[in-house]
Amino acid sequence: MTNTLLEISGVWKAFEGHSVLRGLDLRVAPHEAVVLIGASGSGKSTLLRCVNGLETVDAGLILLDGDLDVTDFYTDMDAVRRRIGIVFQSYNLFPHMSVLDNVTLSPCKVLKRSVSDSRDQAMALLQRFGLAAKADEYPDRLSGGQAQRVAIVRALAMEPELMLFDEITSALDPLLVGEVLDTVRELKMGGLTLLMATHEMGFAREVADRVCFLDAGVVLEQGTPEEVFGSPREAKTGEFLSRMLK
Amino acid sequence: MSGWPAPRRRTSLSNHHTVSASTTAPGAPEVYFDPVRQAQRRKRARRDALVGMASLLGFVAVVGFAISRTSGWPLVQETFFNGTEFLATFPGLLDAFLLNVRIFLIAEPLILLIGLLVALSRDLRSPLLLPLRVLATLYVDIFRGLPTILVIFLLGFGVPALQLQGVPNNAVFWGTTALVLSYGAYVAEVFRAGIGSVHTSQRMAARSLGLTSLQTSRYVVLPQAVRNVVPPLLNDFISLQKDTALVSVLGPIEVLRQAQIDASSTFNYTAYVGAALIFIALTIPMTRFADWVQARMRKRRTMAGTA
Repeated sequence: MTNTLLEISGVWKAFEGHSVLRGLDLRVAPHEAVVLIGASGSGKSTLLRCVNGLETVDAGLILLDGDLDVTDFYTDMDAVRRRIGIVFQSYNLFPHMSVLDNVTLSPCKVLKRSVSDSRDQAMALLQRFGLAAKADEYPDRLSGGQAQRVAIVRALAMEPELMLFDEITSALDPLLVGEVLDTVRELKMGGLTLLMATHEMGFAREVADRVCFLDAGVVLEQGTPEEVFGSPREAKTGEFLSRMLK
Repeated sequence: MSGWPAPRRRTSLSNHHTVSASTTAPGAPEVYFDPVRQAQRRKRARRDALVGMASLLGFVAVVGFAISRTSGWPLVQETFFNGTEFLATFPGLLDAFLLNVRIFLIAEPLILLIGLLVALSRDLRSPLLLPLRVLATLYVDIFRGLPTILVIFLLGFGVPALQLQGVPNNAVFWGTTALVLSYGAYVAEVFRAGIGSVHTSQRMAARSLGLTSLQTSRYVVLPQAVRNVVPPLLNDFISLQKDTALVSVLGPIEVLRQAQIDASSTFNYTAYVGAALIFIALTIPMTRFADWVQARMRKRRTMAGTA
């Protein structure tokens, strides 16, 4: 086993002539929880989307498990996405399917599991996150917090090696943030490798093994939460944190 | 003048109904309607219904009276609303209408199929399938631009004139084919709009779960797209029901043709009115059904919005 699950090196990405990522480097070890912080537009979301191939990169490498190059033109992206889960800010549950069907769709169709196996696995996951009673509900009957937890369960059902969270609490009512963060805590306890962008500084501090501050498309500073939050080396990091924690 | 009693004061109300002020108090009702306010609303609703009815009846009476007093009315009545003529022609019209129903029932599923296939073809990205995409685009461009009746003429008179081996010579066949081609182009665009109405984040979420592009369309995008276009599709159904009458130009005896034959043999147009009634009897329930479906979907959407 390598000690790097995800290796990002020298990644560039521009939208309409404006570079969002400027040669960004980042490594994530297995079972590590890495939190990306930074102002809006600093490239957090773009980076996460590049990692599971929802965006192509202009230059650089993204290696999964040391051998699979996500950025290679000839890589089968469906195979990559089978191994990487992502949860978005806006849940994106499928509104025409029940919660259970949302969760079992890709295990059935992508992993070719039997319907009953997928259901058993989905029910076990829903149970674990306190959502079993909602299995037959449709997404429009869920609160934001429940919907986001279902989205997490849906991604977990594919048993990903790496989970990406793209500001998953940003669209939630403040009262509902807690239940989603509890879910993330539990995933970290379970040893899942996490790479997440967030604006919840308190949560970042608590759950992160490593905090990366993104600025102008690069990781400007990284370290343990104590290092980054306690005594940031870069002036820009301090500035950002003082604004966020105000 | 309002005509309404001044609303009673809350103080007098509280003498009759003691309601615990706080909803958190034990034994507080789940829902509670102020009986006075409810009575006021009911009274207003009853008055509105009565006024509406009276107004409608008055309007009909005045218009009916005015029309019946015009000098031409007896002739109009004789020519368009002739009772004996109606009874004589109506059964024949109903019989002929069965052909319209048949054309409709055969054309509609084919239209849906062609519409869906063409819509999907137009959004293909594979370079190998470029010919299909071009063909689908051409089809929609051409048949959406042609008047339906022109397509019926072209196919119904044109193709049999070629005297091709093994090609049916039947007017109903070509008339139905023309309707299918004409409506297929419209319905294809309706489906395409439906596909476009599904937010890209749905496709993104599906792809991020490892579903292939085809699986994403099949399980995530299409079911939502079809649901979104049910109201406009019903609208096109209604339109098609009427346009089955266009096939009459090729000669088969459907309801309009039958009415024409009746009218020209007696110089009385009551048969046309009879045919009109038959169409309306079918399209009005369909229109109400479309309205109902639309209202239900709107309600579901707003419910989803507040959830």
